[in-house]
Amino acid sequence: MEILINGVVLGGTYALIAVGLTLQYGVARIMNLANGENLVLACFGAFWLFSAFAINPILAIALIAPAAFALNWAIYRHALQPLVRRAKNRGQLEVDSILATFGLMFILQGVMLLGFGGAYFNYSFLSEPVAILGANYGLNRIVALGAALAICGSLYAFLNFTRPGTAIRAVAVNPQAAGLVAIDVAKASAFAFALGGALTAASGALLSTFYTFNAAMGVVFTMKALIIVIMGGVGDVRGAIVAALLLGLAETAVAALVDPGLTLAATYLLFVLVLLFRPQGIFGRHAA
Amino acid sequence: MERRSILKAAAALAMAGMVGTMGGAQAQDVIRIGASAPKTGPLAGGSAVSYWPAIQLWIHDVNARGGIEVGAKKMKVELIEYDDRTSNEEAIKNVQRLATVDKVDFILPPYGTGINLATAPIIARYGYPHIAVTAVTDGVDEFAKRWPNSFWTLGTSSSFAITLADVLKGMRDKGQIGSRVAVVNVADAFGIELASAGKPALQKAGFELVYDSSYPLGTQDFATIMAAAQGARPDAFVAFSYPPDTFALTKQAAISDLQVKAFYVGVATAFPAFAKANGPAAEGVLGAGGVNAASPAFQAFFKRHVEVTGKEPDYWASAVQYSSLEVLEQAIKAAGSLDKAAVIEKVKSGSFDTVMGNWTFEGNVIRKFWTVGQWQKGVFHGVASTGTGGETAVITKQGWK
Amino acid sequence: MIRPTQSEWKLAGLAILGLGTAALLPVVDEGYYLSIALNMALYAVLCTAWTLFSGPTHYISLATAAFFGIGTYAVALGIDALPFPVLVGLGALGAALLAGLVGAATLRLSGVYFVIFTLGLAELVRQLVTWAQTSFTTSVGLYVFTDFTEKHIFWMLLALAGAVYLIGWAVNRSRLGFAMRIIGNDETVARHVGINTARAKVALFMLSGAFIGATGAVLAPRFAYVEPTSAFNPMISFQVVIMALLGGTGRLWAPLLGVIPFTILFDWVTARFPNHTSLVIGFAFMAIVYLVPRGVSGLLADIRRLSGRLRIAFAEGAGRR
Repeated sequence: MEILINGVVLGGTYALIAVGLTLQYGVARIMNLANGENLVLACFGAFWLFSAFAINPILAIALIAPAAFALNWAIYRHALQPLVRRAKNRGQLEVDSILATFGLMFILQGVMLLGFGGAYFNYSFLSEPVAILGANYGLNRIVALGAALAICGSLYAFLNFTRPGTAIRAVAVNPQAAGLVAIDVAKASAFAFALGGALTAASGALLSTFYTFNAAMGVVFTMKALIIVIMGGVGDVRGAIVAALLLGLAETAVAALVDPGLTLAATYLLFVLVLLFRPQGIFGRHAA
Repeated sequence: MERRSILKAAAALAMAGMVGTMGGAQAQDVIRIGASAPKTGPLAGGSAVSYWPAIQLWIHDVNARGGIEVGAKKMKVELIEYDDRTSNEEAIKNVQRLATVDKVDFILPPYGTGINLATAPIIARYGYPHIAVTAVTDGVDEFAKRWPNSFWTLGTSSSFAITLADVLKGMRDKGQIGSRVAVVNVADAFGIELASAGKPALQKAGFELVYDSSYPLGTQDFATIMAAAQGARPDAFVAFSYPPDTFALTKQAAISDLQVKAFYVGVATAFPAFAKANGPAAEGVLGAGGVNAASPAFQAFFKRHVEVTGKEPDYWASAVQYSSLEVLEQAIKAAGSLDKAAVIEKVKSGSFDTVMGNWTFEGNVIRKFWTVGQWQKGVFHGVASTGTGGETAVITKQGWK
Repeated sequence: MIRPTQSEWKLAGLAILGLGTAALLPVVDEGYYLSIALNMALYAVLCTAWTLFSGPTHYISLATAAFFGIGTYAVALGIDALPFPVLVGLGALGAALLAGLVGAATLRLSGVYFVIFTLGLAELVRQLVTWAQTSFTTSVGLYVFTDFTEKHIFWMLLALAGAVYLIGWAVNRSRLGFAMRIIGNDETVARHVGINTARAKVALFMLSGAFIGATGAVLAPRFAYVEPTSAFNPMISFQVVIMALLGGTGRLWAPLLGVIPFTILFDWVTARFPNHTSLVIGFAFMAIVYLVPRGVSGLLADIRRLSGRLRIAFAEGAGRR
């Protein structure tokens, strides 16, 4: 039973990490390797707001998310759009975007190192235990799970029940066809990229309440997010959430029942199995 | 006519050059010291706390005194620093550069066991004294023999583990804890070495290992492990952990309200950030390292460290790093010159006055070092050592509030 | 077998001359410059081996660190039991096996899945190796003490470089190389003319992996203390990609045009700006993507084409008058 709850809580954390990247890759077609750095930057932001101005990290999201939105919009318009225009086909765009965001990753890391140094940071917020069905769980993790559900829920609603959201989904399915029905593909892509960045930043702020982070940790988050996004089916938010939960449960189960030393191996096994038997991901469609 | 005047001018220039360089060779009034250590990469977190600030403080202190006495005059110290990005090959390249291009007078040891070992052969080849600090390994005697210019100051992994077992045994004999112990360790070099020495030591001391597991480096979520350990109803919890997991384990233990009277986490327990991050939950937590916090030398060191670098030192490696630099300074003074071999001789045979007390190397190794410390009222006191003296009494863990 | 053309003989001559001159370096300097040269030789082999596979197929492999680490560990585990050359061979074999497994699992899919899988592969292998060592032995670090000094390792790397170029050239002229060129241009066409694309890709990946594994094995004595974090260091994978892309992946000798400038630039930066290395790598990377998308060799090819066109234009202009 505990495995289930722990797995779901962990899965909620992973969903937060992956949902932003789903939008960026699925809609804007940018394999954003700097996603993890975006998240860690938000962690630092929340930390700074909390330690210097005693601002509640949950409230701080109201400051951090828009800032991240603006930053990612700028990145897309100035750094990534030239690549989109230059790319002759989707494959080349992916390669180019991997390389460009790779460079971006180092730049963001360098900025954080200059600002905060290489040391580890963490702070205590809502670190009290909360009892669920007999066992204790960290309140901050439960809050993060709740926030993850809220964020993913509202994102799903936005994408499926509003016009701009439907436009974004259209671009994810087929950018050329979307252009034919008078959707401004460039603007939709930029919006999706920026929104994805804002979501990642929000999750960073939430995660910082219970993770220990330093400037070099972005890669770890990026790798997790990439695996979840691919497993869930590119561009599908439901897929990302389901894949994240699956991963959280699998890792917890392996850690509890087999050996905590094999969690990454289990993750990879799951990844390979999904790719072998359902290459488009759990919820994905076959490549357009 | 023209050619002769050109020749004369050339000759004059050449002579001036020669005189200039000759004069230059004699008039060296700065000691150039090189340091290559992580500023980026996985170990940058630790070096930012225990390594770079201690060096910065030492350079400041030495130059404030007017420099180091070398024979008849005082020479100030100049630092040349490089980032080795926590990479062995980068570190080797940096040492090569320091030795052959920058031609420094002395090289400070790198940070981290693996990198110290990887660079030891090169440092030995160039004949520099290698006073290693952040390298805890059981092979110190073998290394001292292999590289006679090397000195090892922070201890061996087995001592850390065995003295911990002694501390727990002492607590059990006094009736403070029972015989059930849960042991976890991070699956990386130091964590594994500590566990391999610690588990048999605990068993020999009559403890029962009710939970025993290792976890991968970088794990942030310990809910499952803590739940499993809790289920085994231990009296004491031991984790041979690294900086990020040390923090995460302690937080998780507080959340799960782990009912143990002795709680040990490994590296980074000695960092000031540990107490700040955990607040009242840190009280009574045992960890690797420790210092004689009551000694006036350490307290003065602490105060100066904060004044000069703006950061607090940790209660373990910072002071040892600083002491190793004091050793270097005093050895240079005793040798009366910058000759590397002479300085090595003085380090080997001398007795040194440092913030960690009196140091004498036995077979190139400092045999008396702190191994276990405990947070008591906001200070991490040394509670066990291999004979330094000045140990504080151990207290039991009273809950997490 | 088609006989080598004249330009190929010229290239071979240049290569032998280059390697020979490089081999004389340890005679002149055994300190810092040898270290830099060693790093250059190391990455020259790694990048060329990487280009063997990633050049024709356009699949970006980030698995270099995994293969490299396997080679290092082969030596570290066996140094007390087996002679060094055997261990190098074992390292190459182990890496090739892993490449075969990974290739069979992921190369039938599109490029992006491959990239992501290889990104974490080094981490996965590192975790497995650590777990195995934790569970079955008592320590994780292994000592590799040999009598090899830097210059021996440098010469071994030069020999490996020669082997990579030779075998790469041979593969290019073989049926496998021909198949790869077709696959690289249009995979659908390749499949339709009966080429078993999956098998070809896996074979080439294994060859590339074998060389990288051998390189890792050769480097083990330089480490002295081998632990999983340093043997499977992901930076190795990243740097190989940067340098290979900087040089260009069109020709086998193109990566060299990336390795040499990048090593020199990077070394200069780490010496002058020890606190800004990440920023510099980042900007360098972005500059490469925007300014030299097909690498230095692509740039050179563009210049040559441009100057050719200019020459023709002038000739026509002159002819008209």
